[in-house]
Amino acid sequence: MAKSIDVSDLNIYYGDFLAVEGVNIAIPARSVTAFIGPSGCGKSTFLRSLNRMHEVIPGAHVQGKVLIDGEDLYADEMDPVNVRRMVGMVFQRPNPFPTMSIYDNVLAGQKLNSKRMKKSESDAIVERSLRSAGLWAEVKDRLSRPGSGLSGGQQQRLCIARAISVEPEVLLMDEPCSALDPISTSVIEDLIHELKEKYTIVIVTHNMQQAARVSDETAFFNLSGVGKPGKLVESGRTEKIFSNPDEEATEAYIQGRFG
Amino acid sequence: MTTTDPRPQRDRDAEELLSSLRGNTLPLWAPRVVVGIAATVAVLGALSSLGVVRGVLLGWLLTFALPIWSRVVEGPRKATDRLVTLLVYSAFSLALIPLGSIIWTVFSRGLSVMSAEFLTYSMRNVVGEGGGIYHAIMGTLLITGAATVISVPIGLFTAIYIVEYGDGNRVSKGIRFLVDVMTGIPSIVAGLFAYALFVLFFGEGVRMGIGGSVALAVLMIPVVVRSSEEMLKLVPNELREASLALGVPQWRTIAKVVVPTALAGIVTGVTLAIARVIGETAPLLIIAGATDSTNFNLFDGRMATLPVFAYTSIRFPGVPPEFSIDRGWGAALTLLVIVMLLNLVARLVSFFFSPKGER
Ligand SMILES: Nc1ncnc2c1ncn2[C@@H]1O[C@H](COP(=O)(O)OP(=O)(O)OP(=O)(O)O)[C@@H](O)[C@H]1O
Ligand SMILES: [Mg+2]
Repeated sequence: MAKSIDVSDLNIYYGDFLAVEGVNIAIPARSVTAFIGPSGCGKSTFLRSLNRMHEVIPGAHVQGKVLIDGEDLYADEMDPVNVRRMVGMVFQRPNPFPTMSIYDNVLAGQKLNSKRMKKSESDAIVERSLRSAGLWAEVKDRLSRPGSGLSGGQQQRLCIARAISVEPEVLLMDEPCSALDPISTSVIEDLIHELKEKYTIVIVTHNMQQAARVSDETAFFNLSGVGKPGKLVESGRTEKIFSNPDEEATEAYIQGRFG
Repeated sequence: MTTTDPRPQRDRDAEELLSSLRGNTLPLWAPRVVVGIAATVAVLGALSSLGVVRGVLLGWLLTFALPIWSRVVEGPRKATDRLVTLLVYSAFSLALIPLGSIIWTVFSRGLSVMSAEFLTYSMRNVVGEGGGIYHAIMGTLLITGAATVISVPIGLFTAIYIVEYGDGNRVSKGIRFLVDVMTGIPSIVAGLFAYALFVLFFGEGVRMGIGGSVALAVLMIPVVVRSSEEMLKLVPNELREASLALGVPQWRTIAKVVVPTALAGIVTGVTLAIARVIGETAPLLIIAGATDSTNFNLFDGRMATLPVFAYTSIRFPGVPPEFSIDRGWGAALTLLVIVMLLNLVARLVSFFFSPKGER
């Protein structure tokens, strides 16, 4: 069951520092939404506020509302642990668990929560997740080897496999292809296409072609100036943002005439 | 075109560049020859009328020929490099002298009494020759083991609170300050504390093995806290975030991701803390006392330990004194071997537990 996300007047802080200001956006269910924008404008910060990973950083907090299917993520009675089970995440930098094998890394969501499973069942999950992430062929003979022994791009795909193996209803991906070659990138893009049948996907990317290829909706973030907070400039259907955006800045950024 | 060199300009440029990159260097055998000569002089000097100290000192001074020679041939940067290398090696050798001397003395004096009997008999009803240190070995293992059982949970949980939950708030800062203060507690004070504590429950003159464990735990806890804290801090935040983002609660994240990742370092820290307290004498003398027979009950009566045994054997040897003094050295040797074994175990543990694939 996919979920839609509604964000209204969200301000995101690191301590006293206002990193992202006044975001209003509706992310439809069963679709891919791409976040684009210059480095440091707060894409990762905003993405992390969608599964309450932002508050893990000491002093970090948010103001405003994030509704997932009408439920406020930041309501007092919401348990961040349950939110994160529902909204999965792939980080900008690969972070496999060094003490676990490749196999255990894929199953980390289940293992760390001490979920009991039959061997055949867990084997099936591992194979399906690794196949979806395009890593199966490379690692199927060394599943018991440590996950940190993989290359950077392989680690990134391992982290994608780990995130999808728990079948979250929303999947947040922070530059999942930044360390990948064109072939692995297209595997991940195929995966995104496949996943959006069932899930809601948000992806941060610096690659305009990728945003145009995979996303249904695009949101452009920008900094209003040095030391000023990042802002959502505009969002809408990807075709519209790429062909006929409302804002001058969006057009300039997409055509590479930025800054 | 008046150039006499038939080679193209590009080749000559390359050669010029190379010669500017090359420098004059001492031959590869230079350090070995200088050190060899210095060592020969040192040995000859030690054997001659100069004596050992002056001979070795003379040899050491001779090694400074190497940086001087290097200064003439290679220039100041490499000469400084060789000088600092020389100083570091000298400091290292200097630090090895007491270590070597201790190991030599303890082995040479303690080996003579080593036998199966020495390790498996207590001193019960032994006067003069014979007897053994079985009771003291057992006492040391039991008391130190109990001290470890007390201090590892307290120390580890304190470190976990400071690193994972405290994140620099007042409570964690206060705890860290108190732990620092605890590091400086003299061992005799820890012994008096344990004695005073047990007197509250059991009255004056109490002697119990577990009291020794409490005293040693007071000394161990700060060491365990500090070393575990450093190890937990080394665990990258990305791993914690990866686990939390999978919907894993914080306590499971700590128990299944953070602590296992830091486990090798934590175990090494604990082993070093054990090695630090296993040789404590003063607190055990106060609260565990000394006895000639084997006592396996930590909660009842006096218990012998290796350091206390070594102390009493040498301080009060009786008549004739030789046997007792030999047994004292034998106990010291046993203690040294136990500490060495502990360090070996720590190495093995950190080898087998450390995260694989990153070496
Ligand atoms: N842990 C943190 N503590 C304080 N400030 C932070 C922290 N992380 C990010 N920031 C600040 O928040 C702002 C937004 O950062 P963010 O990482 O969201 O940028 P981004 O859009 O993801 O950039 P990139 O494209 O380079 O990944 C930046 O000004 C950054 O310096
Ligand atoms: Mg980012």
